[in-house]
Amino acid sequence: MVVRREEERTTVDRYSGRVRVNHWVTAISLILLAISGAALFHPSLFFLSSLFGSGSNTRMLHPWIGVVLLASFAILFIQMVRHNFWTKADTHWMRHIGDVMSGHEENLPEVGKYNGGQKIIFWLMTLLILVLFATGIVIWYEYFGTTFTIEQQRFGHILHALAAIAMLLVVIVHIYAAFYVRGTLNAMTEGKVTGGWAFRHHRLWLRREARKGVIDERQVPPRRLGPNAPAE
Amino acid sequence: MTNSWTDIKNTDLVIIMGGNAAEAHPCGFKWVTEAKAQRGAKLIVVDPRFTRSASVADFYAPIRQGTDIAFLLGAMKYCIDNDKIQHDYVRAFTNAPYIVKEGFGYQDGLFTGYDEAKRDYDRSSWEYELGPDGYVQVDETLQHPRSVYQLLKKHIAAYTPEMVERICGTPKDKFLAICKMISECSARDKTMTSMYALGWTQHSKGSQNIRSMAMLQLLLGNIGVRGGGMNALRGHSNIQGLTDIGLMSNLIPGYLTLGTDREVDFQTYMSTRGFKPLRPNQTSYWQNYKKFMVSFLKSMWGKAATPENDFAYQWLPKLDVPGYDMLRYFDMMHQGKVNGYFCQGFNPLLSLSNRGKVSASLSKLKFLVVMDPLQTETARFWKDEGVHNDVKPEAIQTEVFELPTTCFAEDEGSLVNSGRWLQWHWPGQEPPGEAKADTWIMAQIFQRMRALYEKEGGAFPDPILNLHWPYRLPDDPQPDEMAKEMNGYVVSTVTDPVDPTKIVLEKGKQIDTFGQLRDDGSTACGCWIYSGSWTERGNMMARRDTSDPANTGAYANWAFSWPANRRILYNRASADIDGKPWDPKRKLIEWNGTAWTGYDVPDIAPTAKPQDVGPFIMNPEGTARLFSRAMMKDGPFPAHYEPFESPVANVLAPKIRGNPAARIFKDDLAALGTSDKFPYAATSYRLTEHFHYWTKHVWVNAVLQPEFFVEISEQLAAEKNIQKGGWVKVSSARGAVYAKAVVTKRIKPMICDGKTVHVVGIPLHWGFTGAARKGFGPNSLTPFVGDANIETPEFKAFLVNVEPSNGPATS
Amino acid sequence: MGLQSQDFARISATNFRPPDVRHDFEVAKLIDVSKCIGCKACQAACLEWNNLREEIGINRGVYDNPHDLTPNTWTLMRFTEWENQESGNLEWLIRKDGCMHCADPGCLKACPSPGAIVQYNNGIVDFVSEHCIGCGYCVKGCPFNIPRISQADHKAYKCTLCSDRVSVGQAPACAKACPTGAIVFGTKQAMLDHAQGRITDLKSRGFKNAGIYDPPGVGGTHVMYVLHHADRPQLYANLPENPRISQVVELWKGLTKYAGMAAVGFAAAFAFVHATIARRNDVSRAEDREAEHLIDEEAERGRQA
Repeated sequence: MVVRREEERTTVDRYSGRVRVNHWVTAISLILLAISGAALFHPSLFFLSSLFGSGSNTRMLHPWIGVVLLASFAILFIQMVRHNFWTKADTHWMRHIGDVMSGHEENLPEVGKYNGGQKIIFWLMTLLILVLFATGIVIWYEYFGTTFTIEQQRFGHILHALAAIAMLLVVIVHIYAAFYVRGTLNAMTEGKVTGGWAFRHHRLWLRREARKGVIDERQVPPRRLGPNAPAE
Repeated sequence: MTNSWTDIKNTDLVIIMGGNAAEAHPCGFKWVTEAKAQRGAKLIVVDPRFTRSASVADFYAPIRQGTDIAFLLGAMKYCIDNDKIQHDYVRAFTNAPYIVKEGFGYQDGLFTGYDEAKRDYDRSSWEYELGPDGYVQVDETLQHPRSVYQLLKKHIAAYTPEMVERICGTPKDKFLAICKMISECSARDKTMTSMYALGWTQHSKGSQNIRSMAMLQLLLGNIGVRGGGMNALRGHSNIQGLTDIGLMSNLIPGYLTLGTDREVDFQTYMSTRGFKPLRPNQTSYWQNYKKFMVSFLKSMWGKAATPENDFAYQWLPKLDVPGYDMLRYFDMMHQGKVNGYFCQGFNPLLSLSNRGKVSASLSKLKFLVVMDPLQTETARFWKDEGVHNDVKPEAIQTEVFELPTTCFAEDEGSLVNSGRWLQWHWPGQEPPGEAKADTWIMAQIFQRMRALYEKEGGAFPDPILNLHWPYRLPDDPQPDEMAKEMNGYVVSTVTDPVDPTKIVLEKGKQIDTFGQLRDDGSTACGCWIYSGSWTERGNMMARRDTSDPANTGAYANWAFSWPANRRILYNRASADIDGKPWDPKRKLIEWNGTAWTGYDVPDIAPTAKPQDVGPFIMNPEGTARLFSRAMMKDGPFPAHYEPFESPVANVLAPKIRGNPAARIFKDDLAALGTSDKFPYAATSYRLTEHFHYWTKHVWVNAVLQPEFFVEISEQLAAEKNIQKGGWVKVSSARGAVYAKAVVTKRIKPMICDGKTVHVVGIPLHWGFTGAARKGFGPNSLTPFVGDANIETPEFKAFLVNVEPSNGPATS
Repeated sequence: MGLQSQDFARISATNFRPPDVRHDFEVAKLIDVSKCIGCKACQAACLEWNNLREEIGINRGVYDNPHDLTPNTWTLMRFTEWENQESGNLEWLIRKDGCMHCADPGCLKACPSPGAIVQYNNGIVDFVSEHCIGCGYCVKGCPFNIPRISQADHKAYKCTLCSDRVSVGQAPACAKACPTGAIVFGTKQAMLDHAQGRITDLKSRGFKNAGIYDPPGVGGTHVMYVLHHADRPQLYANLPENPRISQVVELWKGLTKYAGMAAVGFAAAFAFVHATIARRNDVSRAEDREAEHLIDEEAERGRQA
């Protein structure tokens, strides 16, 4: 993790390539799962199965994508879990979620790599993926049709459906947050964020990163900002 | 059957004993369900096992296999003791009032005249007392101590309900409940029908089992009436036809009998077949025997059969023994006395008792020809199939020829059902591969043999060289030609003796009925009872008219029922002595003052006065026999004998093993087991999912019952630590088989003479060819014992031991 | 098979009920258990007519073969040995198992693939393999545990009530083959009438609880039984006493389906509205500058440490 000063901007490395690959595999899996799952969930969405070739293909692929998701997310989990332990500051942050939603983060305590919302999403996803996978196994008829009783499979179906809905909601929050909070997407595309973004949203994290050292790639020393420069 | 399948719908009570109609005759069983649904008829099942028939019965009672006679004699005693017999019927239509000769008796399980060394009776004392006029003496009051009725009462006195329970293991209350239901059918407006099959025939006293029920039916007045009768359910669709056309070693078509080597000429032969009436004015129909016999000989040898050469009677083979039944023939084979064997539609390796002996016998042949649509075990008896056919091919020198034949669905012809209906059928498809009709194969062999005789002469070429062979294609006689030949035709024109211009029978025409047959050689008829089946009006067997006036179940215009399209035999007995129906609601035929009229063809001359001529015209008495004179080898009355292998001794005659007059060869007697080593009472039977050893070749049937099993009670399973679905080894004195165990509540231990008797049920559909899993038949276990009268093997009662096993692979 | 919607009363996974204009009468198969002798002719006829080849199995100590319904065995005789304590008699209860063709079919309700399960106007519930995706939802929808999924082609199979035969005026193969008339086929009303006669007969024979099995929980069925002990259907190899589509399935295919769609839709809508009206959450230039300060400070601290 590196803070890097370039000609035009200062960036902070947020995600390594490995994490980004994992994230996008997970993300794509989730999207495919959502589409294929939706096709099987509601008649009005069955047309989505044509994206997978046919209903049969959809039925066949969906659980395998689930397996990919689980594997990919498992790695992601290992990569991220240490940053996602809950702290008192997170509780405080969550109390002021309204300020976040209205764009006023100034009054909140400094946030580490992840804020409370992100951590909740992380843990919800973990939980839901586990539930979806477990119930998915129960209802994976091709291989487990006789392993579980029909009654267990019925419960498996409804839990899977409910978990999937919850998952969709979490994913919507996650994606929307990524768009709403400008500059966030770069974290998962380029792997780095701007210094200002880090300062605004994850200041504590920025401090820690900067303390580790700064790489200066500028040809020309920058015009130093005087201590008396007016604050905007 | 005395009646027909369709007639069963007219009954009030069905008793299934010695059979399992629902299981083995599911299609015919529909008439039982009809009687139940439409008439409220009741169904009784008496069987060692709670069968598929029992599953739809109103009343079920268990019985130990091989004790039916005790049960039925007990039922007769109940009816007589409770005055529940049809008195008028018994007095008029049976031989109950007839007086039996002085000197007849029965003691300690034996009738008079027994010769232990010969295992046979001198039957001369088993006869009526004849008056000076040659007619039998009669006591209409039935009180004479030597009247059949009094002798019968005395004979069955021992069969109390307690004794029945002791012998049969049938709880007394159940026995009495059944007796009560049966006895109610002595009323004129109630009838009972008896449905039986191999459960009665395959015993060392099979014929007497059937006689017992026939006697009970006579006492109840149930023979010759709608919804009554003795109804044998035949095992194959055409086994009735087989017996009709005389495919027994001692028969020729139409139940005529082959001469013996003592009957060296036709006159001698006919002298014992005159059947003089035993009562005044009686019709004794067998007095026409000569007409049937001469017509048969004419159909055999045509022009070569002349009055001068006794119509070629000499060309018929003569018997030196009572009959070459399959037990005797295989015993001869076993002794090395047989060179070649034609096995046509028969799978003796699995169908005949004591498979070990069968296999050894076939191994001594020089050649074996198997004609069958299927690849039978018999054709592969030489093949080492491990535990399933443990033989050494290198030690067997028999040359085997397998000739594939067509099956019934590829043939045209007629099948005779249990109800004596000849039903014509057409091929459903072409035969596969090189399969040929049996008739084609036989014709080929015959043509070649005749050519050889023509060329080389031989010891006795006449019967072959002169055989009447008028077929359009000599190599391939067609079904219609043979059917017409069976029906009979006029050989030379017969004119009215009074008016010679009047032609009675015109040369070349088909005859209408056996009444037209003549003993002067002017008619030919292959099987007299089939006369009327293909007349000048055409093929009567192909008729398919379902009309049934008054809903009698007769269906008189559907196919053809022998004899003379009669649907119910002895139907004269459906009316009282004056010719009025016993039950007006069930009228069959009726005397209108001048003639018999009604729904069926009368089984009596149409103008025979009712008071004169009895209904049973095939008997010289004109009546039915409660006392069968010397006609049965093992007694004029049935008596209880244990099976040759029995878990208990004969309670009534402890010294007697089996039926004292039953057929058993010496070596086979030595191969009998005893209950100390083989404690369980086994029986063999068929399952509805399969037909004999045929359908194991059919994928679908193999799916429905894939694997050989035996059935035992939960109690025996617990005693022997046998698991449901686990392997068991079942052994007898003659062999052992491995089977899966079906542990069931449907078999329960019985108490017989104070001893617990466990029943082991062994179905018979598995072998080592076909689609189903390899298995065994019960004939690996069954004894080589035959019925006293017709030598049917005792497949239904024998002793085995049962042990848990790891199955054939590891044993 | 074309989905001529006028031929159907119901079509799986569609948002409309077909017009059902050709609904003249409903058919039914009546299985009279009291007349049945368990001969399995119906099973054989089913295999033959539908040209199915079941595996040749083994004996497991019972008469039931195969041991369960399979993708190739659409009907199966189930045998139960029952000691009737009241009468003291053993009873061998034999029931022909197979699709009941419910008026309200749980399989059809559960099916996610449009047109894979249809109910014809005459009441027959049929699987249309062409549209079947092999998900096994029908298995969960069925209150009688009937559909089986083939591991070969991953399609669901079950009794069609010989819809091919019925459509040309023939009775189903099993009814045709039944030797004792235990299986009869006709209009539902005729079958109900026929059953009444059978029930009267059975009552006269001492089966005081004889009755018809036409369970209302699934709206009645187009395969019905006459039972000697209609008060205890579970005696007959666990025939359900009051079958109905599982509440869980009803919830899954009912409320959950709509509520779930609503929740997701609402969330998406909220995001859209929020994005439109809420203040942009963007980094200001001041924050960029403060970030530089902070980096400097912290970098310095880092160096000192």
